[in-house]
Amino acid sequence: MDINFTAEEAAFRDEVRAFLKDKLPEDISRKVKEHKRLGKEDTIRWQKILNEQGWLALHWPKEHGGTGWSPIQKHIFEEECAEAGAPTVLPFGVNMVAPVIIKFGTQEQKDYYLPRILKSEDWWCQGYSEPGAGSDLASLKTRAVREGDHYVVNGQKTWTTLGQHADMIFCLVRTDPDAKKQEGISFLLIDMNTPGITVRPLITLDGEHEVNEVFFDDVKVPVENLVGEENKGWTCAKYLLTFERTGIAGVGQSKAALAHLKQVAAQQISNGRPLIEDPHFRRRLADVEMELMSLEMTNLRTVAAAEAGGVPGAESSFLKIMGTELRQEITHLFRTAAGPYALPFLNEALHDDFDGNYVGPEFAASVSARYFNFRKLSIFGGSNEIQKNIISKMILGL
Amino acid sequence: MDFKLSDEQRMLEETVGRLVRDTYTFEVRNKSLESEQGFSADVWQQFAELGLLGVPFSEEAGGFNGGGAELMVVAEGFGRGLVVEPYLATVVLCGTLVDKLGSDQQKEALVPAIIGGETRLSLALYEPNGRYEHNRVTTSAKKDGEGYVLNGEKAVVINGDSADQLVVIARTSGAEDDRAGLSAFLVDGNAAGVSRRGYPTIDGLRAAEVVLKDVKVGADALLGAEGQAIDALEDSLALGLVALCAEASGAMEVACDQTLEYIKERQQFGVPIGKFQALQHRMVEMRMELEKVRSITMLAACSLNESRELRDKRLAAAKAQVGKSGRRVAEEAIQLFGGMGMMEETPISHYAKRIVMIDHHLGDSEYHYGRLESLLDVE
Ligand SMILES: Cc1cc2nc3c(=O)[nH]c(=O)nc-3n(C[C@H](O)[C@H](O)[C@H](O)COP(=O)(O)OP(=O)(O)OC[C@H]3O[C@@H](n4cnc5c(N)ncnc54)[C@H](O)[C@@H]3O)c2cc1C
Ligand SMILES: Cc1cc2nc3c(=O)[nH]c(=O)nc-3n(C[C@H](O)[C@H](O)[C@H](O)COP(=O)(O)OP(=O)(O)OC[C@H]3O[C@@H](n4cnc5c(N)ncnc54)[C@H](O)[C@@H]3O)c2cc1C
Repeated sequence: MDINFTAEEAAFRDEVRAFLKDKLPEDISRKVKEHKRLGKEDTIRWQKILNEQGWLALHWPKEHGGTGWSPIQKHIFEEECAEAGAPTVLPFGVNMVAPVIIKFGTQEQKDYYLPRILKSEDWWCQGYSEPGAGSDLASLKTRAVREGDHYVVNGQKTWTTLGQHADMIFCLVRTDPDAKKQEGISFLLIDMNTPGITVRPLITLDGEHEVNEVFFDDVKVPVENLVGEENKGWTCAKYLLTFERTGIAGVGQSKAALAHLKQVAAQQISNGRPLIEDPHFRRRLADVEMELMSLEMTNLRTVAAAEAGGVPGAESSFLKIMGTELRQEITHLFRTAAGPYALPFLNEALHDDFDGNYVGPEFAASVSARYFNFRKLSIFGGSNEIQKNIISKMILGL
Repeated sequence: MDFKLSDEQRMLEETVGRLVRDTYTFEVRNKSLESEQGFSADVWQQFAELGLLGVPFSEEAGGFNGGGAELMVVAEGFGRGLVVEPYLATVVLCGTLVDKLGSDQQKEALVPAIIGGETRLSLALYEPNGRYEHNRVTTSAKKDGEGYVLNGEKAVVINGDSADQLVVIARTSGAEDDRAGLSAFLVDGNAAGVSRRGYPTIDGLRAAEVVLKDVKVGADALLGAEGQAIDALEDSLALGLVALCAEASGAMEVACDQTLEYIKERQQFGVPIGKFQALQHRMVEMRMELEKVRSITMLAACSLNESRELRDKRLAAAKAQVGKSGRRVAEEAIQLFGGMGMMEETPISHYAKRIVMIDHHLGDSEYHYGRLESLLDVE
């Protein structure tokens, strides 16, 4: 057993570091590190830089323009990106719909969409959830009826992340209402500019416009936009959901956040001394550090198993739960570190063009909003309860 | 022992309960939040008419002569309705401080005006680098002829932006964290040299950063004896802690009720999600946290006349418990609501925010654990 990275892996890390040092725009990483809300342009600018390097599509096979990296390499890359303050790549196009197109799509779909995704020409969003179908995704009701060479779609999607910017949405729709729940669902790619689509903002509890409702009213979608077979969309959906996601543990994000938290705690004064010297706060930091070590090794074990050919299936549920809980705990500690200055809520100060005065220390401006926003981590992408159900069924055999 | 409310206490409870149920709807509250001062002057007037603004004051002054239990009953009701009016600032913290420290003249000038809803005050106590330590005060008050000159900065003064008068805690002598040497001054909110920067807080209140620059006040601005405000200040803070714990208790009760209702109704996988044992047990745990908070709040509310040390120990325990249990209930409530819990339009998100943020008012659970530790052996 050797828990150290190999010489090649270490060299790869150096290469990634050098690239980030060289190419990650200062202004963008500053925003990320200061927890400012990023604009669409920031994300796209960074994705274009990554694409020029050939490092955007981590999980694609090389022949389609992917990196062809090993799981360990992806892990190293994601960790370095998080530490450097790189924005997260918008997952919906690159990491979600593209693998589905690669596996189930037609040649035309591959030829058309994949290059556009690499060049960030389309902003994708995910139309899975509906008001009545969250955890129980298969109970979705949005209808698609085939009429000649197109489908007519009616229904509603909700909690659509960043749908306000989207050019394209990938949707699960019901094409056979008489079939059993999981059957009769199809996977459709829909142009957001099609007549009949309305996007309504939903504001989250931190005052942010991050999610939307999307309404479909007699929306005509060409049949060429069906991915895979009609009524077999659940296969695509499952493939997408269980798709190997090395970043799910968020180790890099937690490391970066913890480092920032320590820095903040060294500057804050409590009882006449730096907060980081306060035995209680220090104990909490130690606890997070310990959990992070355990998580990181669990993540690496999972990644290494995947490298050796095992498929990380239900194991990624462990990572989702551990990782999200840790990230949430860190936001709690940030809030604690801010003390009474966790209270002021200057929504405008969270935007990157803010040039006014902060109330209290600058770091404090975002702590409560982020704490509340991060409650989402244990809800979306399959809630932590659903992950536990998966573990008890798939791993424990209960 | 008798845990029942007296007739008078029950009457108070019913008054607040009716008000919150019948008129203080979520929509009304949200509308108040949009106003410049962040609350409704009409509702404030209603409080006055119902006698709520007089709860802690003596009957001679026109008040209700209420103690911790009465305050608890009122604040719990406010917590259920997520009331945003400046009751804590005006009545509980400042009103009682004026009542305790003020001269007859000062009291005559202020107490009836507070009870009648005509004057609102805010306590300018904490400072930018002082966190929650109420005796860490560097704002100075220097003798200037008959009066004083005040200089300093005050942090997160709740409702400080719209208060008619500020009760400023300033140092007339002593080192930065000495208990002796603290004095309380009445300062007009618009006095020359006072600048206030108002802003919303994430839990739906308003607060201000206050800068005092060569603010001149007369001798009549000093409340009580020079340099000896600390005991009365701590008495008022004790009342404030009771009010906050009770408010949290009321808000947690509603959060538990709404979550319970939701999980009974929300269908996934063909059944109400409340049928899943994983959620049932968590709902049960939320209820246990609520029961703990109810109990320890009662303990705190009924301990105001105990020795200072015992009182402070119980108050610290109560606020620490509220911080710990409140966080748990708020986080679980959002989680069990799923995506709906994250939405601004869902009331539960506002309950969750207030419950969590109560931890940042008058000392968080870390701070109060510290106090509790230092008083661990007090019987
Ligand atoms: C910020 C945010 C962004 C999102 N972005 C998108 C997006 O881009 N596209 C998209 O399609 N969706 C998105 N979602 C939706 C997300 O996937 C759903 O919120 C999630 O699947 C949970 O569904 P729900 O909210 O309906 O909760 P419910 O399914 O109603 O669940 C409520 C609670 O019950 C629990 N529960 C449910 N079933 C069980 C069970 N069998 N056993 C135990 N507990 C159970 C849940 O864990 C949860 O705690 C987003 C959500 C949020 C909050
Ligand atoms: C020290 C000791 C002294 C005792 N003295 C006496 C005595 O004097 N007289 C007497 O009659 N008995 C006595 N008992 C027995 C005691 O009442 C049982 O142990 C108890 O009822 C639990 O039953 P069990 O041990 O069979 O556990 P089980 O019923 O097998 O339960 C095992 C686990 O499953 C959980 N579980 C069971 N059903 C559910 C459910 N529906 N949902 C969720 N979880 C569930 C339980 O909580 C427990 O964690 C004693 C037990 C001990 C340990």
